[in-house]
Amino acid sequence: MKNHVFRPLLVVIGLIVIALIFRFFYVPKDFGVHERGYMYGWYRQGNIEDWRNFSVKYQGKDSCSGCHADKVENISKTPHAIIQCENCHGPAMEHPSNPPKLVIDKSRAQCLRCHSWLPYPSSGRSQIRGIDPDKHNPDVECVMCHNPHKPSLEGLT
Amino acid sequence: MNRRDFLKNTVKGIAGIALPLAAFEFVNPRELFATKDDNAKVRWGFLVDTYKCVGCGLCVKACKLENEIPYDANVSRTWVERYVITKDGKKYADSPKAARDGFTTGKIDLGEGKFQEIRNEDIEKAFFVPKLCNQCENPPCVQVCPVGATYQAADGVVLVDRTWCIGCGYCIMGCPYGVRFFHPKYLTAEKCNFCYHRISKGLKTACVQACPFGARQIGNLKDPSDPVTKIIMTERVGILKEEYGTKPQVFYVGLDREVK
Repeated sequence: MKNHVFRPLLVVIGLIVIALIFRFFYVPKDFGVHERGYMYGWYRQGNIEDWRNFSVKYQGKDSCSGCHADKVENISKTPHAIIQCENCHGPAMEHPSNPPKLVIDKSRAQCLRCHSWLPYPSSGRSQIRGIDPDKHNPDVECVMCHNPHKPSLEGLT
Repeated sequence: MNRRDFLKNTVKGIAGIALPLAAFEFVNPRELFATKDDNAKVRWGFLVDTYKCVGCGLCVKACKLENEIPYDANVSRTWVERYVITKDGKKYADSPKAARDGFTTGKIDLGEGKFQEIRNEDIEKAFFVPKLCNQCENPPCVQVCPVGATYQAADGVVLVDRTWCIGCGYCIMGCPYGVRFFHPKYLTAEKCNFCYHRISKGLKTACVQACPFGARQIGNLKDPSDPVTKIIMTERVGILKEEYGTKPQVFYVGLDREVK
């Protein structure tokens, strides 16, 4: 082969070797084809563990009843028993160690999520007791009169 | 060529042409792969009962806080859609702020600050439909990823590797259900992953736990005694956009033809 063909060829081969060496060090060892085959399962195995180690924020009602059994018991006798404590009291991840971290949502908007009455015949929404937020004491917080832990009308304060 | 050879070759030729093409398909690697023993013991599936959804949006709020999705950015891993069909056949659908704050007014959000008032007596039917990633059996978002940053785990959940994603956005365009978006902080593709950190610890997803009405449920489709699997196997359930062939694994009770 003539020299002027051979020399550029060497440069190209050199570049390919450099790219392969870079790839060898850059691509993690656990990157490859896994259970779901080449089309869907081509990934870095360590990422599964990364996602599993993501922190859990919402602890659930059972976790709350560990310390607040009386509160959980009381609300379980009311229609609001179906609502998770953390839906209003906030995710309790750091709660036992850092109590002020919990921010309680007592806002009118929180109540209106369910109790703003909507005339939807084909949805359970129309069966929930609700109000027209423009007419029922606008600009007043619901918790001024209603107790969310005792939502029946006898619970009015 | 003599007469004998000519006749021989003619017979061989006709026999060859008569053989159907299918006879040559002895081994199709794709079918072989499919019939290979599937050893996975878990395949996560989701069941949404739209009759039970009242549009409170507590699921969206819980999802955003659990998965650290910027609360005020207009992106969300899950959302709730409202459909209102009027007696004159008009169809309205909206999902203001992904229904993070629920639906507190009867006015339909048309976008750009415009709202549509609908009189109560005009409503023919109206309902809410929660949406989330379908964790498809054939995920198109995974096929289009050029770097292997999004993939399907052995239990069927489609995950995104934030350290590997280059942010090209192919997967966001590839998803027929529009469940993918850019994470405003990490600048990588982001999607619902069935709260992978929770389900792998035996917990329910944040949205399932937060729903007061049981409209959302998650289960293992490989376990025939799982209550969710039982419902999916024995009751009438629908899936979204079946015609795309993605085989979604989120099943809906009470779907309407207006729901896309």
